[in-house]
Amino acid sequence: MKVTVDGCPLDVAAGTLVAAAIELAAPGRGARLSPAGLRRQPLCGMGVCGECRVEVDGHAHRLGCQTLCAPGMEIRTDG
Amino acid sequence: MAESDNITELHARVVVIGAGPAGLAAAAVASAAGLGVLLLDAAPVPGGQIWRARQGVAAEPVARTLARLAPAGVRVLAGTRVVMTLPDRALLIDGPGGARRLRWDRLILATGARERLLPFPGWTLPGVFGAGGLQALVKGGWPIRGRRVVVAGTGPLLLAAAATLRREGAQVVGLVEEARAAALARFAGTLAAHPRKALQAVRLGSSLLGVPFIRASRVVAAEGDGRVERVLLRGEGGRTRTIACDALAAGWGLIPQTELGQSLGCALAPRFGAPALAVDAAQRTSVDGVLAAGECTGVAGARAAQLQGEAAGHAVAAELGAEARPWGHASRLAREHAFAAAVAATFAPPADWAARLRDDTLVCRCEDVPWSALRGQPDLRSAKLATRCGMGHCQGRLCHDTLAAVMHWPRLPVRPPLSPAPLATLLAITEHPSTKEPLQ
Repeated sequence: MKVTVDGCPLDVAAGTLVAAAIELAAPGRGARLSPAGLRRQPLCGMGVCGECRVEVDGHAHRLGCQTLCAPGMEIRTDG
Repeated sequence: MAESDNITELHARVVVIGAGPAGLAAAAVASAAGLGVLLLDAAPVPGGQIWRARQGVAAEPVARTLARLAPAGVRVLAGTRVVMTLPDRALLIDGPGGARRLRWDRLILATGARERLLPFPGWTLPGVFGAGGLQALVKGGWPIRGRRVVVAGTGPLLLAAAATLRREGAQVVGLVEEARAAALARFAGTLAAHPRKALQAVRLGSSLLGVPFIRASRVVAAEGDGRVERVLLRGEGGRTRTIACDALAAGWGLIPQTELGQSLGCALAPRFGAPALAVDAAQRTSVDGVLAAGECTGVAGARAAQLQGEAAGHAVAAELGAEARPWGHASRLAREHAFAAAVAATFAPPADWAARLRDDTLVCRCEDVPWSALRGQPDLRSAKLATRCGMGHCQGRLCHDTLAAVMHWPRLPVRPPLSPAPLATLLAITEHPSTKEPLQ
């Protein structure tokens, strides 16, 4: 299925997490910038730490590690 | 019950929170007894952590159980979180179906455990993950093939994580266990008395042949320019070494997720080295109508969780007057718990954690609060007010665990919301918790 990450199109397999799609599209980009502007990647993988927060289809603060990609999904990171 | 608000309401005689081994077993037993059951889970696909879906497809034992639950009329709400507890046996939940009030006659908490993720210099660098954390991400398509990974910390989860990573094509360049050789030898003796566990250990070990196993060593720091490039280790006698890598997966065992139970008023008790929801032999908590099963009652593995889930299912069936076979597996559960006690004793979290922190180590990742700003504080509440430590997305689930252990500070009470929620969700209800309690 096709999604976009920060505007760039990407083909992902069914069952791919949003967090994984970002790493496939742009290795190391991560999801959020911390208050001090430090780049972060997911840590816990189970919806606890919140380091994977991104914008999905216009909704802010979606957990990339708890959200599966869907066709046409628009994913935006801080980075 | 609030009458004036405008929110969809759901009701089930038995509501189960968490669709891992415990929650699935509880739902299966309660529904087989003829009770209406609703099973809720935060992940997009049921299964929990140990039976986590791979590439969106439910694990085999999960699929098998779900196939039994569907004809029994069990409603499964995936991708749905509990936002807060409400009066009159209700919860505010939020998920793909929007904000809803969920009413229950009996509530079974099967909220599982999370990884103990401790701060160390460099742990905020991209490429540093929890051990179970990276395992979970890889099952969701995170690219790992060909990457060099160090797996470090303590506990059996490290072996399972390393095995998964290797199977998915990672090059595991070091498996670093803090426990000393003598403790590991004692644990091997315990394994001999638990043939099923011994077989699992042998299988894991054989899948890790060729991986450098480094005992009695710990991570000093992760280093790199903008992302992790190498891991510094220190072994017995202060010997140090550096391993070049693309990722570090580090974890120090598991801790029960008790927040929902605490917000309902359930008592805690130490179990297998960490605070857990206290339960009796029928899995009843200290709060009337609320039961708990699985790792939120003490980290003891999937088999114990299943047994406890079954016990909880039978208990609610008996309490609600439904047909139920008596649950007769107390001795099997006791064996699992004996093993869990040995695991907890062998792979205890390090006692000297403060010595591993540097002034600039970020203890609170959400708000970028360094150790230097925290160590002079008198207690958690002061630390929170002065530094914002614990006021970010994770609500202290990472940093307050660390500080409670390192500084011997008492924990703060759990406050709503239990998970961050849109304002619209909070505005959907008219009943809100008392604002008279002191600010924290």
